[in-house]
Amino acid sequence: MGINFRQETFRDDFSFKNSPEQVRRFPFPFNEDAYMYAVNIEPHVPGPRNSVFEHLIDVDEHYISEMQDRAMVLAEDPLRCQSLPHMTLAGWDLLELLMVEKAKSYPEHFTLTRDGDRWRWINRPLGIDDTFTFGDVSTLPYGPMEYITRQSQGDFAILDQRDGNLWMDAGTVTTQADWSLDFDIGMNFFEWHAPVPLAHEKGIFTRALKFLTNIQQGQPARRLNWTMTINPRLDTSPENFHKWGSDRLTVTPENVGDKVHLRVELQSFWRLPRSNTLVFPIRCYLIKMDELVAQPKWARRFHRVLRDLPVELADYKGLTRYRPTVVEWLSKYDDGAPTSPGFSPD
Amino acid sequence: MKTILSRPVYGTLSPQAGSSHLLVADAEGASAILDLARQAPEGFFASAHIMFIPGRSGERFQQSLKALKPAQYYEGPSVAAALPRLKWTLANAHMGLRIYLAGTEGLIGQMMLAATEAGIDHASIQTEQRGSLARRMQCVHCKGITENVTTQPATCSHCGLLLLVRDHYSRRIAAFQGVCINAEDPTEIPQKEEIFR
Repeated sequence: MGINFRQETFRDDFSFKNSPEQVRRFPFPFNEDAYMYAVNIEPHVPGPRNSVFEHLIDVDEHYISEMQDRAMVLAEDPLRCQSLPHMTLAGWDLLELLMVEKAKSYPEHFTLTRDGDRWRWINRPLGIDDTFTFGDVSTLPYGPMEYITRQSQGDFAILDQRDGNLWMDAGTVTTQADWSLDFDIGMNFFEWHAPVPLAHEKGIFTRALKFLTNIQQGQPARRLNWTMTINPRLDTSPENFHKWGSDRLTVTPENVGDKVHLRVELQSFWRLPRSNTLVFPIRCYLIKMDELVAQPKWARRFHRVLRDLPVELADYKGLTRYRPTVVEWLSKYDDGAPTSPGFSPD
Repeated sequence: MKTILSRPVYGTLSPQAGSSHLLVADAEGASAILDLARQAPEGFFASAHIMFIPGRSGERFQQSLKALKPAQYYEGPSVAAALPRLKWTLANAHMGLRIYLAGTEGLIGQMMLAATEAGIDHASIQTEQRGSLARRMQCVHCKGITENVTTQPATCSHCGLLLLVRDHYSRRIAAFQGVCINAEDPTEIPQKEEIFR
């Protein structure tokens, strides 16, 4: 049984929504009633059926529409996809990883045939059937990283490892939570995280770097991160902040359910074999408040998390203007009952 | 001063062992070269090249710099004007060249960028911040660079948006990041304050 791909938009009329099945598989990021930074990294191993962890590279009902949105962003602003000259080999590594995983997990949608360096890639949802020579850039319509990330949901940052640090030297970033690849490219792990409040003092990044630089091939890891977005807009880039920032003023008690979204990033971390680089796929999942409160446990818990979030974090995540309105709206779904431990709905 | 980890850390110039020395400064940065000269071994300036951009310091430092008798002395009107000469010098440099940058962050950052593009490790370059705290800022929206930003917020000289000048700094662009300060509510126009003097 294949995926029933939705035709929808993440801009203008914002027709995005989740099917009931997609709501049930949403990666709710809170395992208790409060939130603070932690190095919440765990092995990225296949999870339960019908969860976003079922396959290591998740493809869902939003795939085709997300790829159309990415194509629009890249046409408007090609600087969202950049690769420093020494990162081409890493791009081939990434192309291999994504093609192999997709073909293995979703054979009805993707097929990869390899005859030595001669590869044939069939992507049925996007109508692509290309034959190319692995390692020969002239045989693809784009560089290898751009080619495959135009066919893969989520942002991708590729990190070179040297001098005991990780360097953001390539990426495709069109669905980001407000950071600029064009500004941050070439920075090391501490530099590109420099604006994040509180976490440096807690030693989070020092410990995270130590963990990440030790990741081995075939043993990927993952963590969840979250923020909120007004309207189901994927492209919440700083580049376009002057165009979308005013969305935050449009939240009213009447429209919270449809307009306000919890935005969860599933970040995974993979060692790539030829280049010894790391790739971070940063996959974005959106859920409307109306969809979230269909799970009573999630409604109670998210109300408590949002209500009690430290001011610095609320400011950094850009929630300050509409947080009171959303907390008030969510409070109707919180009867004060205890919540069970863990992420999953009751 | 509270800062963040992408922000460069500057030191104090001191004479390094090397076969030749390239010293680049703007305005009050010249005084860092003069301080270095007091500790420099005999003959240091016989293999030195000083590039100086006086800017707001007018005629204050030229005589003292020339009195050091560097092998080459250059005076230019702006960083942009000095860059071709700097790049030529770096491209034709021999092993053992030492680089010293002093003055505004804008000067240090742009010269540092030219040096790293010439293959020199940024950690091997001596830097010292002196004089104006004015910032070089890149607008994250239109990508234009505004020089000598002294106010918070600041107006982008290219697209005209009112920008929050962040501490987030890119060595590759040699600039701080500017992000629209009133994107959420464009009717809010915060007062500009002169804070990077």
